[in-house]
Amino acid sequence: MSSSHMLPQSWIGWCALAVGALVLAILPFYVPSYYVGLTTVAMIAAMLALSVHLLVGGAGMVSLCHGAFYGVGAYTVFFLSPEGSPQPAWLTLPVAMLVSGLCALVVGALSIRTKGFFFLMVTLAFGQMLFTVLHDTKLGGGTDGAYLAKPILSLFGYTFDPMSLPRSQRSFPAYYVAFGQLVVTYLVLAFLLRSLFGRVLHGIKLNEHRMEALGYNTGFYKLGAFVIAGVFAGAAGHMWSLQSGFVNPELLAWHKSAEALLMILLGGINSLAGAIIGAFAFTALGEAALSLTDRKLLVQGLVVLLAVIVLRHGIAGIRLRDPRRWLQALRSPGKWPNLSVRKPVQEARQND
Amino acid sequence: MIDQPILQTEDVSRRFGGLFAVRNVTFALAARGLHAVIGPNGAGKSTFVNLLSGQVQPSAGRILLRGQDVSGLPAWRFPHLGVTRSFQRTNIFKSFTVHENVRLAAQATRVFGKDMFSTVRRTAHLNDVADRAIERVGLADQRQTIAGILSHGAQRQLEIAMTLAIEPQVILLDEPLAGMGQDESERMAALMGGLATDHAVLLIEHDMDFVFQVADRMTVLVEGKILATGTPEEIRRNAAVQAAYLGDSDVH
Repeated sequence: MSSSHMLPQSWIGWCALAVGALVLAILPFYVPSYYVGLTTVAMIAAMLALSVHLLVGGAGMVSLCHGAFYGVGAYTVFFLSPEGSPQPAWLTLPVAMLVSGLCALVVGALSIRTKGFFFLMVTLAFGQMLFTVLHDTKLGGGTDGAYLAKPILSLFGYTFDPMSLPRSQRSFPAYYVAFGQLVVTYLVLAFLLRSLFGRVLHGIKLNEHRMEALGYNTGFYKLGAFVIAGVFAGAAGHMWSLQSGFVNPELLAWHKSAEALLMILLGGINSLAGAIIGAFAFTALGEAALSLTDRKLLVQGLVVLLAVIVLRHGIAGIRLRDPRRWLQALRSPGKWPNLSVRKPVQEARQND
Repeated sequence: MIDQPILQTEDVSRRFGGLFAVRNVTFALAARGLHAVIGPNGAGKSTFVNLLSGQVQPSAGRILLRGQDVSGLPAWRFPHLGVTRSFQRTNIFKSFTVHENVRLAAQATRVFGKDMFSTVRRTAHLNDVADRAIERVGLADQRQTIAGILSHGAQRQLEIAMTLAIEPQVILLDEPLAGMGQDESERMAALMGGLATDHAVLLIEHDMDFVFQVADRMTVLVEGKILATGTPEEIRRNAAVQAAYLGDSDVH
């Protein structure tokens, strides 16, 4: 069985995921509130990375417009509920997803026919266009960005006010909303990758020409993936607004897309959970770099570069060998075990 | 062959820049039987298959499927209309198992809309179709093997199974024997003979012995034009063909 649906292959993998989720679920009660906020940021990054993974890992499409959909999601909250007039999250979240989805539909429809390098450049152009609209006009507060009213957490008439909590726990609601959204995002994307739709995307990633000859309207499927990824990026952007209460045009800039791509590269492009691992590792790396030096990006860049060279399949691609083989190797010195990376069967990339 | 032809071309040409790969070809493929297209290297055979399967659009002329004009349709529509093809260079998903490859082919023309979002396990009908196609090409005992580690001959068989999973009426085979051994060729000949009884099979092949042995009809293509069409016996006797092609056959 090939590992093509990118989910844990064994119960060990699922257990690791469950343990990770459990740790995240109880974390706020054990760490200072600064780290609660930081973990929330990491979870938001993880949502963005997950949605990029659907494109890159799922369908083999590398887009530089993805950050823009994230920014559009964040800005939608600003337009719906500017400073002083908060709106409920059950309204802002679907609208943010819808608006980013529509943006993705338009951008996707115009760029999906291009492939590889050209797709990268066309999506870069569209992303920068969206960025420029908010950067160079007064529409969204201009270059400096703007404050907004954080969406109210209300459901079925019951409203939850973070201010009712003790000061040390005020960051908890955003944390748990982000946690819930991260879990849902992972499960939905996992389901999509497992479904027949996911199989088609995987086929397109391996050999689009062949898929067309089999009778798949590949452009349609790619557009579908692009829009779904855009919707989830928008949801992540919405979460950003909910957590920070602030938007600026940098949210739409192409570095946001590049960052998300680095995250999935770092975490492991062959596994969906790799996107989450990569996002956490990248955020932690940035934090560690900041405490050492002013040159955060330089450190992040070098580490990612190193990780890509050493770990071809990212952090999630690390496999510990069977313990019995460790023992064997110990008995026969000279053949040291290594943190070997599973070698997938060479994939077909040829064209007719 | 009194059947109505299923696939026809009318005066079809295809230019690449100033060069005609296929020039004014009028051709008919019967609904049953094995029709071989032969010709020297560069005669335009592969372009001709690409035209018939929509991978390449004609520069001029029409392609008719059951009397309907299909020229200009995108390639992905052809399998839905009952036309499938195999490729000259093995073109399979090497990291998938044999069964996954064929199931992906079966899915193409059968699953749409919300069914796309059901999981692979809940699709018994696709598995059945895939299993039937795998059985027909004789790969049943290798259905869970990763396609990339199959022998070359088995990969070619898999390619045919993928075209069969679509349950087509027209099968276009672009040099299915390329690189096959003697045994494998014989098995493939038997398979093709079987397919030709209930499909229209168009075969492009270099191996003359093989072609004369299995073909019901033959067309000779030289420099993008049809030199002759007829039964193998007629082609063997045709003086123009002998001069242009068969006379050179031991050279290539």
